[in-house]
Amino acid sequence: MATSKITCGLEIHQQVDTKKLFCECPSLVQENRPEYTVTRNLRAVVGETGEIDIAAAQQAMKGKHYLYECNDENACLIDLDEEPPRNMREEALTVAIQVGKLFNAQFVDEVQVMRKTVVDGSNTTGFQRTSLVAMNGTIESKHGPITIPTVILEEDSGRIIKDENERTMFRLDRLGIPLLEISTGPDIHSPDECAEVAEKIGRILRSCNVKRGLGTIRQDVNVSIEGGTRVEIKGAQDLALLPKLVELEALRQENLLEIKKELEKRGVKSIMTQIQDLSSTLSRSQSNVISGALNNKGAVLGIRVQNCKGLIGKEVQPKRRLGTELSDRAKTAASVKGLFHSDELPNYGITDGEIAAITKKLECAPQDAFILVADTKEKSELALRAAIQRLNDAIKGVPKEVRRANEDGTTTFLRMMPGAARLYPETDVLPIRLTKKRIDAIALPELLDHKITRYEKLGLGKDLAELAANSEHASLFETFVKKFNKLKTAYIAEILLTTEKNIRRQFNIAITPNAEDFETLLTALSEEKISKESVLDILKEKKPVKEILGKYALLSDRELELEVKKIVDANKGMPINGRIGKAMQQLRGKASGQKIVELIKKNS
Amino acid sequence: MKPGDRVKLTTSEGTFEGTLLPRPALLSSDITVLKLKTGYNIGIESKKIEKRTVLQEYQTPVPVRAKIVHDPALPTVAILSTGGTIASRVDYRTGGVYADYSAEDFVMMCPELSKIANIKAVKVMSMMSEDAVAADWQKMAEAILESLKTADGVVITHGTDTMHFTSSVLSFLLENLTKPVIITGAQRSIDRGSSDAFMNLMCSIKAAASWDGACVTICMHGTISDDYCTLLRGTKARKMHTSRRDAFRAINDEPLARVYANGRIEITNQEYPKRHEGKTSLRELDNRVGIITTYPDIEPAIFEEHAKRAKGLIIVATGLGNLPLHNKKTVKQALQKISKKIPLFICSQTLYGRVNPSVYANLRELSIEIGATYLSDMLPETAYAKLMVALTCKNTKEFMKTNIAGEFTTRELDDAFLR
Repeated sequence: MATSKITCGLEIHQQVDTKKLFCECPSLVQENRPEYTVTRNLRAVVGETGEIDIAAAQQAMKGKHYLYECNDENACLIDLDEEPPRNMREEALTVAIQVGKLFNAQFVDEVQVMRKTVVDGSNTTGFQRTSLVAMNGTIESKHGPITIPTVILEEDSGRIIKDENERTMFRLDRLGIPLLEISTGPDIHSPDECAEVAEKIGRILRSCNVKRGLGTIRQDVNVSIEGGTRVEIKGAQDLALLPKLVELEALRQENLLEIKKELEKRGVKSIMTQIQDLSSTLSRSQSNVISGALNNKGAVLGIRVQNCKGLIGKEVQPKRRLGTELSDRAKTAASVKGLFHSDELPNYGITDGEIAAITKKLECAPQDAFILVADTKEKSELALRAAIQRLNDAIKGVPKEVRRANEDGTTTFLRMMPGAARLYPETDVLPIRLTKKRIDAIALPELLDHKITRYEKLGLGKDLAELAANSEHASLFETFVKKFNKLKTAYIAEILLTTEKNIRRQFNIAITPNAEDFETLLTALSEEKISKESVLDILKEKKPVKEILGKYALLSDRELELEVKKIVDANKGMPINGRIGKAMQQLRGKASGQKIVELIKKNS
Repeated sequence: MKPGDRVKLTTSEGTFEGTLLPRPALLSSDITVLKLKTGYNIGIESKKIEKRTVLQEYQTPVPVRAKIVHDPALPTVAILSTGGTIASRVDYRTGGVYADYSAEDFVMMCPELSKIANIKAVKVMSMMSEDAVAADWQKMAEAILESLKTADGVVITHGTDTMHFTSSVLSFLLENLTKPVIITGAQRSIDRGSSDAFMNLMCSIKAAASWDGACVTICMHGTISDDYCTLLRGTKARKMHTSRRDAFRAINDEPLARVYANGRIEITNQEYPKRHEGKTSLRELDNRVGIITTYPDIEPAIFEEHAKRAKGLIIVATGLGNLPLHNKKTVKQALQKISKKIPLFICSQTLYGRVNPSVYANLRELSIEIGATYLSDMLPETAYAKLMVALTCKNTKEFMKTNIAGEFTTRELDDAFLR
């Protein structure tokens, strides 16, 4: 359990429910088979200030290529970086302005679209288009005010499908969907407060025209402890994971500071070491990794790490050691599978005898540690250099990194923290003036909490009201409540919100009725042309409702009486209950049960 | 207070610290643009600013130049830079891109280039290609001739808009070319990680260093993926899309080769002149050429107006080479008058296929009665370029009808269409 004073800030990313930000594609994330693919390389390029950005350069070292999967339905030449962008989508900017107003933020007078250098391949361009819309907002948490320094409108990145050593695959459906980024100041001081603030911001965002469902909101968190460094953790899709991420990052920083203290005590001022070739020393090794590399014309390279025995094996997070962090850096820099360090050996097929030989070759003293990498000579060297870099960072304490959240709340190195050089102007898009008149003209949406209360007053129970207010069908629900005053409000809500789930559970059929289907269905129910019992049967056909409604139409009284007479005649010998059963079975959904019973009795 | 200064601006709404940026001249001038510490730029209404303090004055950065080391084992390639998107970077003054990088900058940006060949960098000019004039082509041709004395091949970096004009003009200006001249550029500026410039440059330098051809070609992306570039005959290439990486296509011709980023060259068309030990010389240019695209109901005065200045006219006609000779306008009379003074040449707007002087009566009138010369499957831009050179030759018409640089093909095969 970490005990230090924690400081956190959040970055919430929420997709806006409009077409894409700079093209006319619908924002449609799908699992269809891609219709075609495009392969690209990316390079680190000189930024606005004339320097290659460290984060950018780090990624480029990987020598990777990127494969983009495309479908005509949701990606066009603009997404492929084959056509310049259109101007920024007005409806998306309107949502950003509403959000700015809800946080009492101060608007810029002119929105300038920027290019943020991104070379992990998630953007086909090599940058993400992003723009600062408003600044200096606030919200209240239980522990006091939380500042909202920036409200940003940007384009979402491509969706990662598969990450292989030398190739990463992305789907372009998500690329370009408008994304709001709300960041808080470093005003949060506990893991629980972090979750509370994230939840609160999420509720405010969901009051506006935003996407709902898995993957449409993502939280990044910045964490530092006293004496530590701001570390950004990306990719927490689940709100429940936030407190644990914060807790474990605080613990990580405490442990890294311990290591720093210990290195100071041992007088380690910098790690200066020579990379040596150990291939001949380990030529007969039984270790799969080593023999694999050597059989592949690769090499085993190693370094002596002076005065570091025991420290590389020190745990910094549950089941993650300083050695794991060295290994993460090596993987990122050189696409190697990992490294070995002396604190974890003998193991992995490396024997005591081999350790002695390595120690001798590297001239290690008893208090020294060593590190090995086995791969091609070039990659092994790059990997070791990255590990040396990380060791030197350890002398200074906690390095400035962007890390990725793992499912258990620990984190993995993603890239170095980028500098301001990452941003330069997007010259293909015109800036947008935000006059006071324009901002004042944009009405505020109803807040989610208010909407829930209002739905309760309309006759929904608490759970159903919450479900309806949070749903993408909320506005449809309100339209239908006004239109179909013969139907109960709760019944309308159930049809809109729960039938999909019911059909999936009962029949394992996934349905996606549209607004027209719902309207046709409710109209028929309201005019008593179909019975409530038919609703599931109609929807599970997965066809446009208006095409199949006829089959389920209720019989008129005369038609029903004729049908009943036929059944009675056909089942003359049967007792009355049997006739009722037959009739119910045959006329199911075409008349109310009560009427059928009455008519059977009358005609028997 | 000037652009680049770190400043503090105080408005009624608060104070803002950052770097002052220039305001592009074409945008409204009542906004002050500030780059905040976060890297974001914001616009502030200038009239709201009550106080401006300079925190630190701007210092012009010193650009780092790459040193190029000579490797005697490698061939030598001269890169002649002329400007264009491939040499562009963001200009805060106009908000657009401007041409700046010299050839050394390319090597610094793309160090692999120096592993393919020894690079000799020459900055010939710095223009956007749409601004090219005839004198620029003359200057390029002279620079090529000079570079060929020591280099194994020449690469020209060029804006893409008029690249196919340049490739055509150079094809005719350079007589008896002994080595390859490869023209390349970029559809995405080089300041972005996704720029096509890197692969285009690598493939072009590879082709200039080791392809066995000796003609002017365009080398640009073959597809929208970064997998290979195509070498297109300079007189048979055309920009066919405004923005795609693979905008350049061979028209009425097969691409000569595919050049892969790893250096592999795959020949796809055997019809090209080979390197040889001869001597290259220069022809000359006369820019008094007009090019007119016709359309139904065209005014005869348009031809007459052009003829006042031009010493020869390229008429880009419809279909097989038709003009509206028999509507109520007097195009026929106008052309009859003009053709007595200057030669007329006919190409087609369809781009694909060849014009034919005898299929219809109309075409025969134009070719026999009026005396216009039909240019087979020559592209209009190529005809324009060729005519500039032809005007300086003894017999202009004869030069136009002779196949000088592969601008005519004799057989059209099925798969040369729309590729």
